[in-house]
Amino acid sequence: MYYRQAGTYRTGYAQDMRLMPLKEDRILLGLVLVIAFAVLPFTASDYWLSAILIPWLCMSLVAMGQNILMGYAGQLSLGAAGFMAAGAFACYNLILRVEWMPFPVAILLSGLIAAAIGIVFGLPSLRVRGLYLAVATLASQFFIVWVIDKFGWFKNYDTSGIITAQDIVIFGKAFTSPAEMYLVVLTITVLLTWAAMNMARGSAGRNWQAVRDMDVAAEVMGLSLLRTKLQAFAISSFYCGVGGALFAFTYLKSVEPAAFDINLSFRVLFMVLIGGLGTIIGSFYGAGFILLLPVFLNIFFHALFGKAVDASITSALEQVIFGVLIILFMIYEPLGLAKLWQNLQERMRRWPFKF
Amino acid sequence: MNVVTQSHIPGVERAYPIGEPILELDSISLRFGGVQALTNISFDIREHEVRAIIGPNGAGKSSMLNVIGGLYTPQDGTIRFRGEKFANMTPGKAARLGIARTFQNIALFKRMTVLENIMAGRRLFTHANFLEVALQLPRARREELESREKAEEIIEFLEIQQIRKTQVSRLPYGLQKRVELGRALAAEPQILLLDEPMAGMNVEEKQDMCRFILDVNDHYGTTMVLIEHDMGVVMDISDRVVVLDYGKKIGDGSPAEVRSNQDVIDAYLGVAH
Ligand SMILES: Nc1ncnc2c1ncn2[C@@H]1O[C@H](COP(=O)(O)OP(=O)(O)O)[C@@H](O)[C@H]1O
Ligand SMILES: [Mg+2]
Repeated sequence: MYYRQAGTYRTGYAQDMRLMPLKEDRILLGLVLVIAFAVLPFTASDYWLSAILIPWLCMSLVAMGQNILMGYAGQLSLGAAGFMAAGAFACYNLILRVEWMPFPVAILLSGLIAAAIGIVFGLPSLRVRGLYLAVATLASQFFIVWVIDKFGWFKNYDTSGIITAQDIVIFGKAFTSPAEMYLVVLTITVLLTWAAMNMARGSAGRNWQAVRDMDVAAEVMGLSLLRTKLQAFAISSFYCGVGGALFAFTYLKSVEPAAFDINLSFRVLFMVLIGGLGTIIGSFYGAGFILLLPVFLNIFFHALFGKAVDASITSALEQVIFGVLIILFMIYEPLGLAKLWQNLQERMRRWPFKF
Repeated sequence: MNVVTQSHIPGVERAYPIGEPILELDSISLRFGGVQALTNISFDIREHEVRAIIGPNGAGKSSMLNVIGGLYTPQDGTIRFRGEKFANMTPGKAARLGIARTFQNIALFKRMTVLENIMAGRRLFTHANFLEVALQLPRARREELESREKAEEIIEFLEIQQIRKTQVSRLPYGLQKRVELGRALAAEPQILLLDEPMAGMNVEEKQDMCRFILDVNDHYGTTMVLIEHDMGVVMDISDRVVVLDYGKKIGDGSPAEVRSNQDVIDAYLGVAH
């Protein structure tokens, strides 16, 4: 009797299971992609491309990595910047030491190297959780940056300790203008976002969430906690590594290990908290918010006080506003901007009705 | 309590008649520090039967299920599954043998929807690795669709269509218990371990749950091991009953036999539950 209606639903389920079941959403996505790929590279100023859009996309990837680990797999981690550093310096060395290395391959390998390191530093998650795990992952943050700092080889024995990222060359073509670099970053971001969404809503994501919500029940279903947690660490570190490498090669360009300090890890954490735990798209909102807030606050302070106040006061104020906003989010919308946006959409769909 | 049953109605043949022992427990003893949770317990579970474990609180019933499911490792005793001996069962091994379960304290994935919980239960039928899933390769897509179809069958069977996209933490207790049964069913188990599936339910919910348990047993032939406090329910739906008291087995047999066993009456039935 239970098989009665199997088959008749086939098309229905397949449709329901698409990445974007709603036609409106697909149109919106198409529009965003057209603007991102075909309009912005030609219309946006160099400042916007290289100071806002490029870092935003890079940090969105990093936030996505942090979100996979923290939001989906429930493993509190504070090592994102460490894995960014691993990716950045891996990419530099790969291109430096392997002449024929095309940039996309170097990026892929950098991600894989970060993933391998992530697996090692994920091992404590098999024993400890919550705050204790966060402290254990802090070790990765400090250790990775320390190793890169300590051993000159990673920086090609540059006396200043700062490396200069090589030009991006893909099969003989150099991508050096802001618009070209933006297109490289955008392409990689779109591909990795698509992959992350597929994992998150597919069996991989269900496994992560199962481990997050009730590990005993997950184990009883035949899920290996060891493999699932390490997989989440690996994938998360991969995204952080790729994001870090792109961040170094398209935004920072001169890179010192200290750029990937604990502060950056915390910023990534806030991006996830504000964007929304357990949403892939929220990573973009969170990264945008955290990156753009200082820019807007700056403009706002200038408009308000002119040049009268000195920068240390505005930057202190910035920190305060930051903190308050994060606390407000934690209290009123723990699911972040992604949830706010969803609620708004639902309300607009029902408008003018109140329910 | 009067439970509506189908092939458990006298005279109607069972599609899956009770067979040979599928699971044999031999002299199981389990200690937690100084607490002797189980003492030298032996009994068997026959294929396709509904086997109840009863006993007062703290008698060791849940511990017994945890031993079967590989969550607890007994200090002594052996478990045989279809004649094959298992010195130490693990949750993973148990799952692969076809043992699924629900928990006394609901253990759903609470921030996932009903549908996602049930699809998560398809773990052992999902072979595509994360890369195949990330890149939407054919095997991943096919398995996802199969999982969805199986999950929808279960949803329809458990009559929870309206809540399939609801986050389970928002559901009332009785429905959560039902969803947990659904997640266990998604594994297409040979043996289903149910730890107090009807605890905390009202009469109507209990009747529904009894009906689901018996339907599953009738239609899939799933062997059931259930812990239940409500004696009416136990008498109605189980084929054989094991009675535990202070970690010892004090009775084993058909509901009628158990009911007339003096030790059982003294230890358990005399106490109001
Ligand atoms: N994980 C555990 N650690 C320590 N003691 C336990 C554990 N699980 C069960 N026990 C003890 O074993 C005994 C039997 O418990 P349990 O199997 O839960 O009984 P029941 O399910 O029949 O109420 C109790 O005394 C309980 O305190
Ligand atoms: Mg119990």
